[in-house]
Amino acid sequence: MTTKRAVDITVKVNGKEHFAAVEPRLLLVHFIREHLALTGTHIGCDTTNCGACTVLLDGRAVKSCTLFTVQADGRELRTIEGVGNSSALHPLQEGFKEKHGLQCGFCTPGMIMSACALLEKKPHPTEEDIRWGISGNLCRCTGYQNIVKAVQYAAEKMSASASQA
Amino acid sequence: MLAKTLPEIGGMGHPIKRKEDLRFIQGKGNYIDDVQLPGMIYGHMVRSPYAHARITAIRTEEAKKLPGVLAVITGEDLAKANLAWMPTLFHDKQMVLATGKVLFQSQEVAFVVAEDRYTAADAADLVEIDYEELPVLIDPHKSQDSDAPILREDREEKSNLIFHWEVGDRAATDQAMKSAPVTAKVNAFFPRCHPAPLETCGCVIDFNSATGKLTAWITSQAPHAHRTVFALVAGLPEQNIRVISPDIGGGFGNKVPVYPGYVCAAVAALTVGRPVKWIETRSENLQSTGFARDYHMEAELAADKEGRLKALRVKTLADHGAFNAAAQPTKFPAGLFSICTGSYDFSSAFCEVDGVYTNKAPGGIAYRCSFRVTEAAYLIERAMDVLAQELKLDPVELRRKNFIPPEKFPYSSPLGWSYDSGNYQGALDLALERIGYNDLRKEQAEKRERGELMGIGISSFTEIVGAGPSHTFDILGLKMFDSAELRVHPTGKAIMRMGTKSQGQGHETTYAQIVAQELGIPAADVAIEEGDTDTAPYGLGTYASRSTPTSGAAAALAARKVREKARKIAAHLLEVSEEDLEWEPGKFSVKGAPGKSKTIQEIAFAAYTNFPQGMEPGLEAVHYYDPPNLTFPFGTYIAVVDIDKGTGEVKVRRFVAVDDCGNIINPMIVEGQVHGGLTEGLAIAFMQEISYDESGNIQGGTFMDYLVPTAVETPHWETGHTCTPSPHHPFGAKGVGESPNVGSPAAFVNAVVDALSHLGVKHIDMPLSPWKIWQILKDKGVTQ
Ligand code: FES
Ligand code: FES
Repeated sequence: MTTKRAVDITVKVNGKEHFAAVEPRLLLVHFIREHLALTGTHIGCDTTNCGACTVLLDGRAVKSCTLFTVQADGRELRTIEGVGNSSALHPLQEGFKEKHGLQCGFCTPGMIMSACALLEKKPHPTEEDIRWGISGNLCRCTGYQNIVKAVQYAAEKMSASASQA
Repeated sequence: MLAKTLPEIGGMGHPIKRKEDLRFIQGKGNYIDDVQLPGMIYGHMVRSPYAHARITAIRTEEAKKLPGVLAVITGEDLAKANLAWMPTLFHDKQMVLATGKVLFQSQEVAFVVAEDRYTAADAADLVEIDYEELPVLIDPHKSQDSDAPILREDREEKSNLIFHWEVGDRAATDQAMKSAPVTAKVNAFFPRCHPAPLETCGCVIDFNSATGKLTAWITSQAPHAHRTVFALVAGLPEQNIRVISPDIGGGFGNKVPVYPGYVCAAVAALTVGRPVKWIETRSENLQSTGFARDYHMEAELAADKEGRLKALRVKTLADHGAFNAAAQPTKFPAGLFSICTGSYDFSSAFCEVDGVYTNKAPGGIAYRCSFRVTEAAYLIERAMDVLAQELKLDPVELRRKNFIPPEKFPYSSPLGWSYDSGNYQGALDLALERIGYNDLRKEQAEKRERGELMGIGISSFTEIVGAGPSHTFDILGLKMFDSAELRVHPTGKAIMRMGTKSQGQGHETTYAQIVAQELGIPAADVAIEEGDTDTAPYGLGTYASRSTPTSGAAAALAARKVREKARKIAAHLLEVSEEDLEWEPGKFSVKGAPGKSKTIQEIAFAAYTNFPQGMEPGLEAVHYYDPPNLTFPFGTYIAVVDIDKGTGEVKVRRFVAVDDCGNIINPMIVEGQVHGGLTEGLAIAFMQEISYDESGNIQGGTFMDYLVPTAVETPHWETGHTCTPSPHHPFGAKGVGESPNVGSPAAFVNAVVDALSHLGVKHIDMPLSPWKIWQILKDKGVTQ
């Protein structure tokens, strides 16, 4: 039954510290979407299958529908809103647009977050790596082929700028 | 082919990048659950655990006592306002909240409204309902048995039969069947499946008691139709209803019907006096909203010894669940299923369909499909392979022999359609060449020698899309035309509003390209708006691949009206007569004096600043397009599969899809549509099914057991095109979104059956799960 006792938490989201008092059972995805109004993180299922809710928790891709907000206490979150913006798109965002890696766009933020985590670990992924890397994210529209190309585009662009640096 | 504009104009045929993407890649889309209003409260549905049961009591007191709960609405409450039932989109009615009894598991029984979603869900658990179980009817084949329970006590006819429908010449077909030297028969079940767009359905409904205006944000593929249904059901004046369809996270037909949750949210908004949000969970989506298919089909083909087709006879049992909530044109209880003669020239055909009620979720919606064309294409393409096997003919040969030849178009089919254009042989040839058919057959023969299982499956499907024309097609009496309203601003930029609604198809880009093609205004300068019934012209929405054939045509014709007015203004500005002007995309020039010209932007400015005396100012046009006929896209798909003998697992090694959808607006978007549709076809062929146990419990009601392929299971798709424009469409387009979903299931199944045909396998029903295949292999002694 409802226990409305609130728990104080501190969490860094997209580089900014947030303090909040939350119900212990509040799902992280609802905290992100409704308390922080960061609605780019989506909800597509109730069984941890779809990955539309994927965010980075201390750099690791996690499904935010399957974590309580209190589990993020003292940790660092990154959501799609912290990835890039119109004047400075992240190579992955650019890749999705260039390679037609999205249609309805509902899976896209989660896909981008998973791909972020993948490229962090594997800057030069094979097609196989990419397919496995996004296998926790479902897309009903694209058939994945152009998502794979989008991630390849980003990987190339990121490694080119890394080697220039 | 159409004249190609410069890339910076971005007219038809340019693979320009999508305009809508910029917001989606930043997480700035505005989907239904992102709509947030001050004072908004949440609804949660209480659902039936039983498939068929009488409701003897509903106790809501405990739920209402929970702090934060604002209302609990039951069917009895709705009955007082005459809202316990609502019309379906196919001339049946459906319970909004159950009164008396429930008819399927997961049916809507009560609606709880609370300050936040967690409290609403808690309170839903506190609603106590007493049920008395009733005998359950799950197998549609038993629906007409004398001891079958009659499900719909509300209907006058005490029968589970919804309709019997037939088309074609029964006598001639029977005769041809009897006298034919060769016949082949297949019983093919197309399982119940679900569109499962990644975003579920939902709404936010706000009623302003001061103005009397109801604003409804709904995940709607057909916002205008929904507005009219709301007006008719709720008795509200239509001008006081505004339906806004925000960004939609995929639809595929799932978001065409009106669902009980929308009505409950509206009632709650009116009674509580605050905006109400209702978003279904994934499981609720799969278990209670518009399913598709569930067709038990039988096809018989008659042919001569050489394999020349004579006749087709089809008998189908359609399982509609508890209510007939198919979204189908009125005259077509089985939709366009009579396209089942496919790409082939038959002299006679007959098709009959019985629709029945069972204790299952209602639906029968057109899932990425023009009203049952998917079932039809699957059936004929499967039957062709069965006949080929019977005749020991290569399936390619059999198809070649029987295609409707290009010179026979427009072609009148024995079941009453007039196909606009086609070149089936051309698409087949290209697909064979791309896949390397002959080499694959050689490889297959060698593999068979070694005991390895490999199959090649072909599907040369014909589609039927783009409903209207209005004389034949309507939904609930609303004629199936569609619309565009184009306004060119003084600076030469434009906005166009449409009667359709994108759910990922990229309308903001493709419609702008049509304007670019017709007027030479860069696509980047044309804003497209859809989905707000207060601003958009009336239309029937986006499904059944109808946007390009209908609204796309309307866009072109509205643009041509603007061009005609622009011509008059240009003549005035250049001081010549209209006949002295010639048009090229973006400008009018004086014939023979190339330097003397006016750009469309200059003309637009003049339309507001310097128009001829007596002319109506402004530069805009509206067009409501009523298509003269449907369009008939087609294609050939070829799948190559390898089967693991140990596990029964099927691997799709290659897949070539050659589509012919006439002239193409944006090749990049078309290719994306094809990839997506093929992936949905793959899912249907190999992994998805919603089935029910004998007590009526749903199996396949969550993403744990209703499988969506991931990037790992999805093969690499190879695409190609031939181009046979539609002769009656303003720019020769046909529509493509559903083709891959319509054409591919048969290619997959044909490939798997082909791999096993030497073992005597003639047909296997989808989904072709490893377990099912492994059992067959075991049966045939191929594996232990
Ligand atoms: S919402 Fe589907 S995995 Fe989180
Ligand atoms: S783009 Fe629609 S779900 Fe991926």
